[in-house]
Amino acid sequence: MAWQWFHRLGSPKWFYEKTTAWMPWLLSISLLIIISVSIWALGFAPMDAKQGNSYRIMYLHVPTSIVAMAAYYVMAIAGGIGIIWKMKLSNMVMKVAAPIGAVLTALALFTGAVWGKPTWGTYWVWDARITSVLILLFLYLGVIALQEAFSDQEMADKASAILSLVGTVNIPIIYKSVDWWFTLHQPASIKMTSSSIASEMLYPLLAMIIGFYLFFTWALLSATRSEILQREIKTKWVKQALLQKA
Amino acid sequence: MAMHPVRKQRLMIVLFIVVFASVAVGLMAFALRQNINLFYPPSKLINGEAPEGVNIRAGGCVVPGSISRSKTDLAVSFAITDGKGDVTVKYTGILPDLFSEGEAAVVNGQMQGGIFMAEQVLAKHDENYTPVEVAEAMADASAKTGTSHQASCDGMDMSGNKNY
Repeated sequence: MAWQWFHRLGSPKWFYEKTTAWMPWLLSISLLIIISVSIWALGFAPMDAKQGNSYRIMYLHVPTSIVAMAAYYVMAIAGGIGIIWKMKLSNMVMKVAAPIGAVLTALALFTGAVWGKPTWGTYWVWDARITSVLILLFLYLGVIALQEAFSDQEMADKASAILSLVGTVNIPIIYKSVDWWFTLHQPASIKMTSSSIASEMLYPLLAMIIGFYLFFTWALLSATRSEILQREIKTKWVKQALLQKA
Repeated sequence: MAMHPVRKQRLMIVLFIVVFASVAVGLMAFALRQNINLFYPPSKLINGEAPEGVNIRAGGCVVPGSISRSKTDLAVSFAITDGKGDVTVKYTGILPDLFSEGEAAVVNGQMQGGIFMAEQVLAKHDENYTPVEVAEAMADASAKTGTSHQASCDGMDMSGNKNY
């Protein structure tokens, strides 16, 4: 049966056992990249001709923003799979993606405000880019709230999945807002074809983005594993796994 | 390989939610397209499309050579352009670090008799990042060859496809 691999992926036990070995690797490699690239970006990448040193906050602002948007797709696709295949694991991924995404979005907004003050002359402006990212934060907070609002987990998962799916429309809006409307935020610097960043500034940025993706993967898997243990606490294998740890 | 009919139906529901939400938000954005813009381009201010005596924002490229500062206080005046027209801006206060000729700026204030009286000036920087040495080398090279690469508003996409 062609769908067998897919259904096995949905087994919390199989997922928990498979990912155990990955966890320390994901965490150490991502931290290694983030720490070493921070030194590279803050200490060795050249100063920008116009912005001086303040441009360096982009090494935090850009990765958090990109991964915050990617995390939303992870949450919404997991919610969609949860609705279609009634897969327990998928609903767990959706639930745990929300707080991680919310933290990343808050960080993106905060670093953007800190960057905006010296360059634009203001912490905040209600332009299309910044406002749509604020809506992204509210969508994440909405999913977190919906998870808490229902005593029945199945209802909570269904409601969160619908909100996540409706909110997907916001992601292309965030991405294209700087091209569609007049905004204070500058257009994208990294493009598929050409980039408007000097390569000695671009490489640490790309490395930082990879580091943040890996760290996000670790955080997502780690939170999913905790969620599996909580929801499957009554099963035999979880009891055994916990006994083995103790 | 065929999907279970119940799952197929639920897949349709999921797709319907996404498509329906996108169309709804798309129509809303289309209806509000003017209000979503952060600022008016100068050509619209000249045409009188922007209201007078009401707080609005205008944005454009600071015309090189148009900045004139008062010798006694923080008053400054400059012109902003979108390539189709320019408007004079008057402002009293400290300008942001990145404010300069040939760079874009967004100003907050009121149109009064064809002059924009700004209460706030924000610098809109571009998406280019260049090391100091490279920028200096480029300036040197253009000075040697005699070609002028001084700040200009040529490459500024302040109008174009965003003009509704």
